[in-house]
Amino acid sequence: MSEMRRVTAIRNGTVIDHIPAGYALQVIRMLRMDMNISTPVSLVMNVPSDKIGRKDVLKIEDRELNQEELDRLAIIAPAASIAIIRNHVVSGKLKVELSGELINIASCSFSNCITKADREPLPQRMKVVNQEPLEIRCYYCGKGQSLEELIENII
Amino acid sequence: MGDLVTMDDLSNDEITQILDEAERLIPVAEGRVTLPLLQGKVLANMFFENSTRTRMSFETAMKRLGGEVLNFSSIGTSVSKGETLYDTMQMIDGYADIAVIRHPRQGAAQYSADSVNIPILNAGDGSGNHPTQTMLDLFTIRQSQNKIENLRVVLVGDLRYGRTVHSLSHALTRFGASLILVSPPSLRMPSEIVSDLRNSGCEILETENFKDQLDSADVIYMTRIQKERFPDDDEYSKVAGIFKLSSNDLTDVKENLIVMHPLPRVDEIDSSVDKTRHSKYFQQAFNGVPTRMALLCRSLGIDVPKKVK
Ligand SMILES: [Zn+2]
Repeated sequence: MSEMRRVTAIRNGTVIDHIPAGYALQVIRMLRMDMNISTPVSLVMNVPSDKIGRKDVLKIEDRELNQEELDRLAIIAPAASIAIIRNHVVSGKLKVELSGELINIASCSFSNCITKADREPLPQRMKVVNQEPLEIRCYYCGKGQSLEELIENII
Repeated sequence: MGDLVTMDDLSNDEITQILDEAERLIPVAEGRVTLPLLQGKVLANMFFENSTRTRMSFETAMKRLGGEVLNFSSIGTSVSKGETLYDTMQMIDGYADIAVIRHPRQGAAQYSADSVNIPILNAGDGSGNHPTQTMLDLFTIRQSQNKIENLRVVLVGDLRYGRTVHSLSHALTRFGASLILVSPPSLRMPSEIVSDLRNSGCEILETENFKDQLDSADVIYMTRIQKERFPDDDEYSKVAGIFKLSSNDLTDVKENLIVMHPLPRVDEIDSSVDKTRHSKYFQQAFNGVPTRMALLCRSLGIDVPKKVK
């Protein structure tokens, strides 16, 4: 636990541990916290980890993330472990889960996809075709989406 | 439920059953037998991109079975005024019992199928799927080979953008085909499709050398190489000349070899091939009618009688 103390412990909020090194900022984007952060967020990058070599850690104060929000992280931080902190004490632990479908997480990278048409009232849907290695395709056009493309196209 | 968006919507057994039904419907498709199975039903042909042949093929199929057809074209209509596909499809949901859709954008057929209650038949979306074409291709292959299993099929031409070859490769793979993919480097089959096919156990050879592959083939499937795909005319004519079939190339081929083409052709098949016993592309065009008849019946939940006369 010593590396967790590189940043001051938080009183209330959420700690996301075991994010692959270098992806903390993407996690913030995926949680849609880059636009409207109203609470302090501290970020530790590139610390040694027994589990995944090097990792990033995020501490979000005064906000408890729910399972649905956390599942958004599955494509980039499948091994993340999450602790909900209340009054300095871990009150709950969560894991991210990669479901069979990603709804409104990222848009399709293919320019001729129907999802690129103007004003169509459709959700962005991706199918998880394979978990290991990760293989994700657009539900509509069927084009494979690389991790880089998914991150690039986070909604 | 009765949608046909990709070939994945049909099991191998269903494919075989539909091909059997299509075969029984040939006399009806030829106009020799009257069989008003779809009387009182209305088909909407929703063509957001021109394809006269496909549209007419569906129209004939529907009318031969006693049904009615509404033809929609996006030119000069509310679509050109900016109506969404969703809204257009809501309208047609109320007018017709089944709709055929052709659309320039990939995924448009799936989206339409999700948006309405009536069954949707995909007649081509972008460079995506074209399953009714695949079914008529399979029908043509079975008609002359008496089977669709374990064939050696050479696909030639534009394998990158040609949706017919994408759908057909997937389907043939399910029946144990080995595929020889012949194309210029810039028009190779998309790598995700090739890896899909390999993962499902298909033996694949990718090559630019066309003529070497002819003698062992059961089926040669030619496609058009479009001029627009090339930066200049020189590049185009270099390529177009190489992937051209003439009757001289067919002297040492297998007895059962058939030459197919989704049409229209430009000059990739010389007219000297037309007269050989190997040419099947005109037959293939006709086969669209009985095949689409069987598919319309399937989607509308109408049984094709065991004996048609
Ligand atoms: Zn797409």
